[in-house]
Amino acid sequence: MPLQYLKDVTTLRANPELCLGCGLCLEVCPHGVLELRDQRVAVARQDDCMECGACMINCPAGALHVQAGVGCAQAVINSALGRTGDSCCCTIEPRDAQALPQADIGLAPPPKRKRPGCC
Amino acid sequence: METPAGPAPRVGSRLSRADHLGTFKVRWGMRRHDYAVAPGLYALGSPGPDSPVLASANYKLSFDHLRAACPGLDAWLLVLDTNGINVWCAAGKGAMGTAELVKRMDQARLDQVVSHRKIILPQLAAPGVAAHEVKRLTGFRVVYGPVRAQDLPAFLEAGRRASPEMRRVSFTTGQRAVLIPVELVGALRVYAWLLPAVVAVAGLAGLLGGPGFWAGVAGPGLRAAAALLLALAGGAILGPLLLPWLPGRAFALKGLWPGLAGALALWALWPHPAWPPGAELGAWLLAVPALSSFMTMNFTGASTYTSLSGVKKEMRRAVPPQIAAASAGLLLWLFAVFFA
Repeated sequence: MPLQYLKDVTTLRANPELCLGCGLCLEVCPHGVLELRDQRVAVARQDDCMECGACMINCPAGALHVQAGVGCAQAVINSALGRTGDSCCCTIEPRDAQALPQADIGLAPPPKRKRPGCC
Repeated sequence: METPAGPAPRVGSRLSRADHLGTFKVRWGMRRHDYAVAPGLYALGSPGPDSPVLASANYKLSFDHLRAACPGLDAWLLVLDTNGINVWCAAGKGAMGTAELVKRMDQARLDQVVSHRKIILPQLAAPGVAAHEVKRLTGFRVVYGPVRAQDLPAFLEAGRRASPEMRRVSFTTGQRAVLIPVELVGALRVYAWLLPAVVAVAGLAGLLGGPGFWAGVAGPGLRAAAALLLALAGGAILGPLLLPWLPGRAFALKGLWPGLAGALALWALWPHPAWPPGAELGAWLLAVPALSSFMTMNFTGASTYTSLSGVKKEMRRAVPPQIAAASAGLLLWLFAVFFA
C-alpha cells in the first residue's frame, strides 16, 4: 500500500521559466515528485514531496524552491524547547536555496560530537 | 594500498561476525552515536586508476552496507566525516555536504589517484551536495547512484544508470520493523523512571489510605504498569508495524488506533466490573490512546516520507489534545488512587 503524507502542505514550487531542462532534479528526488514537460520542470505529485531539498540544491538554475527540513516530530519538540543539536536531525534549521551551498563552503570543521537525542 | 596521498586502508566486502554484532547493537541503540569509521580514502579489493570512486558517510553501518553490497568489485571508497551519522540524515543537516566532499577529495588527492573525473555518490546525499558546485570546485562530475547500496552492482552493470525503482525510497514492513528496537529503547529511557514512579505513588496511596504499601503496589500499581506497557506496545510497535493500514495520514492519528485497541483490551481485562468505568479505569482509557498517539507521532523522524511542514501541521493539531488527555488521565488516576 503506498504511503502518502498530509495533503496540500509541502512548500515545493517550480519555476519552469528558469529551468534548463537538465533533469538532475528528477534524478535526485526520492519520491518521483517532478517531471519534465516540454523540457521544463513541473511538479507532478506535490503531495509526495518530503521537502528534503535535494532538487533545489542540485538545480544550477534556481528553478526549484522548497523550505527544506527534516520531517521529525522530535526535532520540532527539541527546537520548541530550545535544545540545540548537532549534525543529526535533532533540531530544525530551515535551509534556503541560495544560502546552503555557499555557506557550506569554507565552513569550520564539523562540531564536536555530542549525544544527539534522536536518529 | 599506496596512493599519492599516502597509504589507503584496504577493506573487503565480507562482513565479519564483529561487524554483524555491531549492526545488531546499534539497532538496539547501543553505542549508536559512537559507531564511526575514520574518514578518508579506502581501497575495496584492488582498485586502479580507472576504478570507480564511491563516496559514503562515516557511520559504520553505512560503510558496511556499501562494501557488503559490492562483492568482487574493485573501487575506491571515499568516506566523509559526517560525525558518525548516516548518509541521509547527514545530508539533510549539511554534514554530508559540498564543503566536506570537496575537502576530502582534495585531502585524498583524488585527481592523482584516478585518471577519470567522476565520483559516485549515494542518491540520498543529494540534499546536502550541489553537483554543479562540486564540478566547479574540483572538475569532478557527481554521478548519483541508487538509493540502496544493494542496487550498486546492477547500477554499475547498466553503465551507471539507475532504474526508476532504484531512485525511489521505500518504507516496507521489513524496513519499519528494524527501526522498532531503537524506538523501544528511546521510549524505555522515559519508562525507566515513569514505571517505578507510578508504582511508588500507588504504593504510597495504599500506605496512606489503609490497605498498605504493598497492597497499593500490587493493585493500582501493577495495573498502571500494565496500562503504560500497552501504550508502548501500541505506539512504538504496532503503530510503526501497521503504518500503511492504519486509517489517516497523520502519524498521531495512525497511533491513536492501536492506543484505542490497548484501551479496549484494558477495559476487557480489568479485574473489577468495568462498566461504568471507575475513575482508575477511566484514567487509563484517556491516557493510553494519548501516549500511543504521541509515540507513533515520534516515528515521523524515522520514516522516509514525512515533510517538516506536514509534521508541524499535525503537531499543531495533535499535541494539545494529547497533552489534555494525558493530563486529565493523570489527574483522574491520582484522584482514583488517593481518594476513591
